[in-house]
Amino acid sequence: MGLTSSILMSPFHLLLQQLANGFTIGAIYALIALGYTMVYGVIQLINFAHGEVFMVGAYLALTALLILGVAQPLTGVALAGVLTACVALAVGGCGMLGWGIERLAYRPLRRAPRLTALITAIGVSFFLQNAVMLLYGATDRRFPAFIPARRWEWGGTSLTLLQVVIWLTSGVLMVALQMLVTSTKLGKAMRATAQDPNACRLLGIPVDRIIALTFALGSGFAAVGGMLFGLYYNTVNFHDGYLTGLKAFTAAVLGGIGNIPGAMVGGLVLGILEGLGAGYLSSQWKNVFAFVVLVGLLVFKPTGLLGERVADRA
Amino acid sequence: MLRLDNVTAGYGTTACLKGVTLFVQAGEIVTLLGANGAGKSTTLLAISGLVRLSRGAIALNGARIDGLPPEAIAGRGVGHVPEGRRVFPRLTVLENLQLGAYLRGDQAGVAHDLAWVFELFPLLRDRRRQLAGTLSGGEQQMLAMGRGLMGRPALLLLDEPSLGLAPKLVQVVFDVIRRIHQAGTTVLLVEQNARLALAIAHRGYILEAGAIALADTAPALADNPRVKAAYLGG
Repeated sequence: MGLTSSILMSPFHLLLQQLANGFTIGAIYALIALGYTMVYGVIQLINFAHGEVFMVGAYLALTALLILGVAQPLTGVALAGVLTACVALAVGGCGMLGWGIERLAYRPLRRAPRLTALITAIGVSFFLQNAVMLLYGATDRRFPAFIPARRWEWGGTSLTLLQVVIWLTSGVLMVALQMLVTSTKLGKAMRATAQDPNACRLLGIPVDRIIALTFALGSGFAAVGGMLFGLYYNTVNFHDGYLTGLKAFTAAVLGGIGNIPGAMVGGLVLGILEGLGAGYLSSQWKNVFAFVVLVGLLVFKPTGLLGERVADRA
Repeated sequence: MLRLDNVTAGYGTTACLKGVTLFVQAGEIVTLLGANGAGKSTTLLAISGLVRLSRGAIALNGARIDGLPPEAIAGRGVGHVPEGRRVFPRLTVLENLQLGAYLRGDQAGVAHDLAWVFELFPLLRDRRRQLAGTLSGGEQQMLAMGRGLMGRPALLLLDEPSLGLAPKLVQVVFDVIRRIHQAGTTVLLVEQNARLALAIAHRGYILEAGAIALADTAPALADNPRVKAAYLGG
């Protein structure tokens, strides 16, 4: 949504348009950021392979569409069925992937220096990128738009059904996660593990399983993000995980790494900044804004918007 | 109920326990006394599985438990109230207690035990919505004990429950240990307050430099001149 297409809009509607666009991509960043922040909260590890998990999620959703032979927008029962299949394959597959990454790549290094795990994360990233490239090719893959192309216009500002779907999906998932973390047994065990894993063990809490579940859960959120990303941009590529993952990481740092509501806020703020930057300056510079934010934060407010590292705060 | 045979264990290459042998029978209160660094806490950590043995064996009700992960040992009915309380500071009092019952599925039983813990420590009921980190040291000790009880352990390991508490609170803690024991829980108590520990226990062990130096009934230990000189202030 560059300047050229918005030249005929009033300033107000242009602003509205950029906000809507930014909010949409921000909602996707937020979904991915949750995975970074949850894992960091529980074991103080930045899982830099998380962006790749998001990318795999997009490809798994694409796989479901290819298997089902979906090529155009659907309605009614067919839409619901296809959506369910995409989510099931992407979330199930990425959940297992996240679980497996923790088991194979991180658990053996739990007592190793931080840098070791970081290097391992980069290795896992390369592995996943190349695996997807070999399976699906190095070129962009078209992601079939199966959500009806409904669009509402108001004085030049347009809003698509897909955008509304993205907002609602993210919103529902974030509320569900918040409820899980604050009120369920698993959520309490996650927060307790973040605070004192050995005390947890003495109470019989299976800390290793809680950590693996945290990875699986965060990966499932990234998978949904991946599917929505594919739908929004209509193409996926094996290196999409890198840049988007880095932006979602920025969002997590922006909100305060380890802080779950922080990741949500950080994602939305970053998306909106990017939307405004793309609209008023140049869309070619939009990636720069994200990283200016990251560098600025690390210099001036490393604890993020919502304050201290509150790994365990709900 | 619990038997340690020639347990050798430590951190890294230094052994803190050099062949500890002791036993606890069901229904007993046994106290483990000794100077700082003698290996009292390490003994409890070895029982709970947080410290690995390099030699020896630990058996619970006749079955070996050394080598099991701590969560499995907790699952076999061993509760451990660790040194320094180790409550979850940024969870509420109630959440801390609920996590104590993590392994239990019997909701009615858990609710019953929660009521019992609140009866033992009425203060915890008043503060149940408060973050555990905002409690005083004594209150955190009560919470740690309550949390340990929520798992309904058959054997409760208590590590220095009176450490750093005001005399009045020390009394409360020892009263509660008595009540826990009356309710059917076997207790292994590590204490620096030897006088109170021996007054409440049936038997005791004196640990010196990672090995058992003395083992006897609590009254006999309290009368032993060596114990008097070293641990009871002459």
